[in-house]
Amino acid sequence: MAETRRAPRTPLTYVLRLIVIGYLGLLVAWPVTLVAWNAFHLPDVGFTTEAFSAIFSDPQMMAAIRLTCVAAVVATLINLVFGVSISLLLVRTEFPGKRVLSALIDLPLSVSPIVVGLALVLVYGGRDGWFGPTLESAGIQVIFSTPGIIMATAFVSLPLVIREVIPVLEEIGTEQEQAAASLGASSWQTFWRITLPGIKWAVVYGVVLTLARSLGEFGAVKVVSGNVLGQTRTATLAVEEKYLNFDQQGAYAVAFLLASVSVICILIVFVLRARGARVR
Amino acid sequence: MSIEVSGVNKRYGDFVALEDINLTIPTGQLTALLGPSGGGKTTLLRVIAGLETPDTGSVVIEGKDATSLPVQKRNVGFVFQHYAAFKHLSVAKNVAFGLEIRKRPRAEIQKKVDELLELVHLSQFGNRLPSQLSGGQRQRMALARALAIEPSVLLLDEPFGALDAKVRKELRDWLRRLHDEVHVTTVFVTHDQEEALEVADEIVVVNQGGIEQIGTPEQLYDEPANDFVMSFLGDVTTLGGSLIRPHDVEVTPSPISEHSVEGTVSRVLRIGFEVRLTVLTDDGEVVTAELTRTHARALQLEEGVNVFVTPSPGAYTMRAPSSAA
Repeated sequence: MAETRRAPRTPLTYVLRLIVIGYLGLLVAWPVTLVAWNAFHLPDVGFTTEAFSAIFSDPQMMAAIRLTCVAAVVATLINLVFGVSISLLLVRTEFPGKRVLSALIDLPLSVSPIVVGLALVLVYGGRDGWFGPTLESAGIQVIFSTPGIIMATAFVSLPLVIREVIPVLEEIGTEQEQAAASLGASSWQTFWRITLPGIKWAVVYGVVLTLARSLGEFGAVKVVSGNVLGQTRTATLAVEEKYLNFDQQGAYAVAFLLASVSVICILIVFVLRARGARVR
Repeated sequence: MSIEVSGVNKRYGDFVALEDINLTIPTGQLTALLGPSGGGKTTLLRVIAGLETPDTGSVVIEGKDATSLPVQKRNVGFVFQHYAAFKHLSVAKNVAFGLEIRKRPRAEIQKKVDELLELVHLSQFGNRLPSQLSGGQRQRMALARALAIEPSVLLLDEPFGALDAKVRKELRDWLRRLHDEVHVTTVFVTHDQEEALEVADEIVVVNQGGIEQIGTPEQLYDEPANDFVMSFLGDVTTLGGSLIRPHDVEVTPSPISEHSVEGTVSRVLRIGFEVRLTVLTDDGEVVTAELTRTHARALQLEEGVNVFVTPSPGAYTMRAPSSAA
């Protein structure tokens, strides 16, 4: 790898570093560390894992965690398939309205999740939604049920795979795909043997980010879930509930679990990026 | 006849890339499509390959109408300017790609890949990734990959365009020798006239979406059909209102025929073994002449010296189009 040229170190360099470290520390590192600390620490008792044993022995908490995992995994799978297809469509083909579609994809990042939840209720709400009563009469309940939670989660994490994959697709260009075609590969073979290996790392980053985002979704899920204990209550909703019910250590413990999964996801991306850079 | 292109037109919006192209490329030869950038030669090659669809016209490959066949079914080998190496596959896997798609038995693939790597002198690099090869090696790999499918025609798009001058020259000689061994009908695109003159059996000069001339390198160089071909295939200068090649201009201290024109040397430029002379004639013409270094030294040429310039006997000249005006 080429050596990067660095600016000479001046007092300003150190001042800037201090500002950045201070900013990240006060805003991110310290608060998150305190969550972990409070999850394992009681003022009178000291170190304890009681809150965790309480969670793991509570069937309703376990159901909440399971629901969160199912919703996150299914939403990630949906976004993986659609994300890669939409990216290919946007980069490799020309069609009218392409720019509009491209702009729409960023919408979930800019719209508040609670708006997403309300919008889904408007369309799929069982009683007076746009489309909901039709589905309801067919026996499919979306709002206040798992499908609604998955949809809300998929909506808010939609752009993550696409935004990772598009630049890489643009960078690798079409020549390898054309070469594969000239050697007799069908479009399906070209996709599996040439395109997908080319965007592999981008897809992996996208999936990990999507998973992390999906696990932590709160606002949209809060609106569509209905918060039925043991059925439609997710882990993030449980955190809020425990906190409001003065079970603060329980809230910190669940929050710690959610945060650890996200941290592990970020670590995986970190390791993969380093590995990807080495392979390339 | 291996490739027959007839009545092909191709437009991109207002831009006419190809206009009524009719071309026959004979079997087993090495043909160059030569022309300036943006002249349509690459588009023509891609139309033959099936990577572009012509607006009108037909392409027949080995007697089979290929116009509506997709690139996968044309059995053409295509080599790209920037190699288009499959970056995640080893060199051997790159070469094996077309055979694996065709589901050939593993032993046969192995044997064929070994043969081809031998042919392109990459035997010891089979397990490397393309990123570990030099540009010239990558292009040889791309060539082996294209040859693996035993294509009916081999198409190369500026195959040496991305390489440095020395490697270019080596690969050019090597391509010529390879073709003499393999004998597959080959068409390559180049904007480098020297490359075309040196390597090709036949040259097709393409300019502004049309074909200017088709012929052997000798025909094109010695009897260019028009001033464009003449000036594209080598340097030209004007002498006595005619286009002439600078190396066909004789420089002497005294007149040698009734066509001799008197002038003054205005510039002497030495490039390696040759000397390029600019002579300002008394008629007001600026004539360029090329001499060997020894010849120039014998004549004691320097700026300001009076000389006579004469077309060499047997030199090809052409009425300059602008001098008529």
